[in-house]
Amino acid sequence: MSNSQRHLKGLSYAKYGYMFALPFIIIFLIFSLYPTLYTMFIGFTDMKGVGNETHLLEQPFENFKSILNNQSFIQSLKNTVKIWVMNFVPQMGLALLLTAWFTSRTSKLKGKGFFKVVFYMPNIITAATIAILFNTLFGYPKGPVNQLLMSWGLTNTATDFFTSKSASQNIVAFIQFWTWFGNTMIMMISGVLGISPDIYEAADIDGANDVQTFFRITLPNLKTIMLYTLITSMIGGLNMFEIPLLFNNGGPDGATTTASVFIYKQAFKGKQLFAKAAAASMILFVIICILSAILFWIMRDKDAIAAEKLRKEERKRRKQQQIGEV
Amino acid sequence: MAVRKQKGGEIAFTVFQYVVCIFIAVICLMPFIIMLINATRSSNSIMASAISFVPGKDLMTNYSVFEGKSFNPWTGFLNSVIISVGATACTIYFSTLTAYAIVAYDWKARKAFFMLIMCVLMIPSQVTAIGFFQFMYKIDLVNSFIPMILPSIAAPSVVFFMRQYMQPSLSMDIVQSARIDGAGEFRIFNQIVLPLMKPAMATQAIFAFVASWNALFLPSILLIDREKWTMPIMVSQLAGDMYKTEYGAVYLGLVMTVLPLFVVYFVLSKYIIAGVALGGVKE
Repeated sequence: MSNSQRHLKGLSYAKYGYMFALPFIIIFLIFSLYPTLYTMFIGFTDMKGVGNETHLLEQPFENFKSILNNQSFIQSLKNTVKIWVMNFVPQMGLALLLTAWFTSRTSKLKGKGFFKVVFYMPNIITAATIAILFNTLFGYPKGPVNQLLMSWGLTNTATDFFTSKSASQNIVAFIQFWTWFGNTMIMMISGVLGISPDIYEAADIDGANDVQTFFRITLPNLKTIMLYTLITSMIGGLNMFEIPLLFNNGGPDGATTTASVFIYKQAFKGKQLFAKAAAASMILFVIICILSAILFWIMRDKDAIAAEKLRKEERKRRKQQQIGEV
Repeated sequence: MAVRKQKGGEIAFTVFQYVVCIFIAVICLMPFIIMLINATRSSNSIMASAISFVPGKDLMTNYSVFEGKSFNPWTGFLNSVIISVGATACTIYFSTLTAYAIVAYDWKARKAFFMLIMCVLMIPSQVTAIGFFQFMYKIDLVNSFIPMILPSIAAPSVVFFMRQYMQPSLSMDIVQSARIDGAGEFRIFNQIVLPLMKPAMATQAIFAFVASWNALFLPSILLIDREKWTMPIMVSQLAGDMYKTEYGAVYLGLVMTVLPLFVVYFVLSKYIIAGVALGGVKE
């Protein structure tokens, strides 16, 4: 820090720090913190819809207990996890494969810029539009997908994807995969570009081939970004809403009802059970907090260890290099 | 011999890479191509064969289906523009201001404040929607655009990004010389700091705009009045029963809702991809 900087950060200017942060703080308190606490409070009441009289429950945890015993809620959590895993594993796999190809220095692949633009595109399109587009594409009996399958001779009769639980879940997972793999790929590529070229040079000198370089250098160095993607994708997955709701309205038989769709339907459809929905929200909220805390913890520890290891290895390599040069 | 064999293998591998990449590109583009073409075809011809690469002539016929129905893309477009522009402006301006407060001033609660931002970075707004909705109902802001715009002032992830960008690029010497010239702190921010932050503001603006444009959950519970519906709410109407057999109209409706996004994407795709990449290195 330069002298002038130290002087500038003196007490006389401190009040501007508070002043400039004030809009954020006020808006955060009113529109973020208060609604969170209020949702929590509603979880302890018998609130239904708007404008009805509301009382605190005599047994404060009644809503939470009933939600935890609600088979539909448990089912929605299971669906959420299942659909998320089905989308995330192939998504990460494909993103890593494409990253390896697009960052390989020996690859002759051209048009990478074009492929990146095309692969990322689904991510920017309104999820609601995508859900309804796929609903139409998979239409029964005359949708494009059915016509393709039949004209290729893969099926003899049209398939009703909307009445099959596993088909609906698979399609929702596929849509999630389809919208997000490009984003994950670009994150990974930028992660690779952030790795010090020295390490790759050292590997070159050691005579490592593309595959070895990818598994020994690229992958370990991507750990932080991969875990970051895992966390954000997981939280996004737990909030999956538009696609399962609009693709098949959470059906058939609740097979694509995710936790967010469940909460939405509890609160804003039918009986408008605000209190129950609030309790479910808070349970989801706690799950999200715990999961991200665990992941942050794992990430920090392993990362420090890995970084230390790499530094040692690099030092070793450099030493050997120097000896070689001498 | 061995060299030639290796070369042959290399070519085969490159061809394989192209085949895979082109296949994925087709899967990415195909749904949109089918959508664009079928928007111009009559429902009957779509029924007969859903996939065609020849545009039809029934664009206007399909459009006439929307008359008198709840799907009104023009109203939706206008409402979405108002909300997205307002929310984006709030997010960008105030996030930069907040980042400046963290970077340039030494105040007591600064560290604690930054920790708070780091913590709430991950909190999804959907799980607090019940309290938010009830609160908005009580202060009579249902059917108003304010709940979609004003909360954008507090966007933790954008503040985080702006701070990362500002820290190395802002020289306090410039700020100091402006002070000596007698400029006030607020003026320094607006006239010196904001222009320096333009590149970061541009990328974040694209993402803030797209996120706001695409949002469905909060708008769909808060905007009950048909005249206030945003584009994604309009789209969700297309899933209704009254369009069950009007395939051409459904495709056309979908096209109308994403046309602005296509335009934005093809004009700005370079910056968008660079912006996503910046997100990847932000840790």
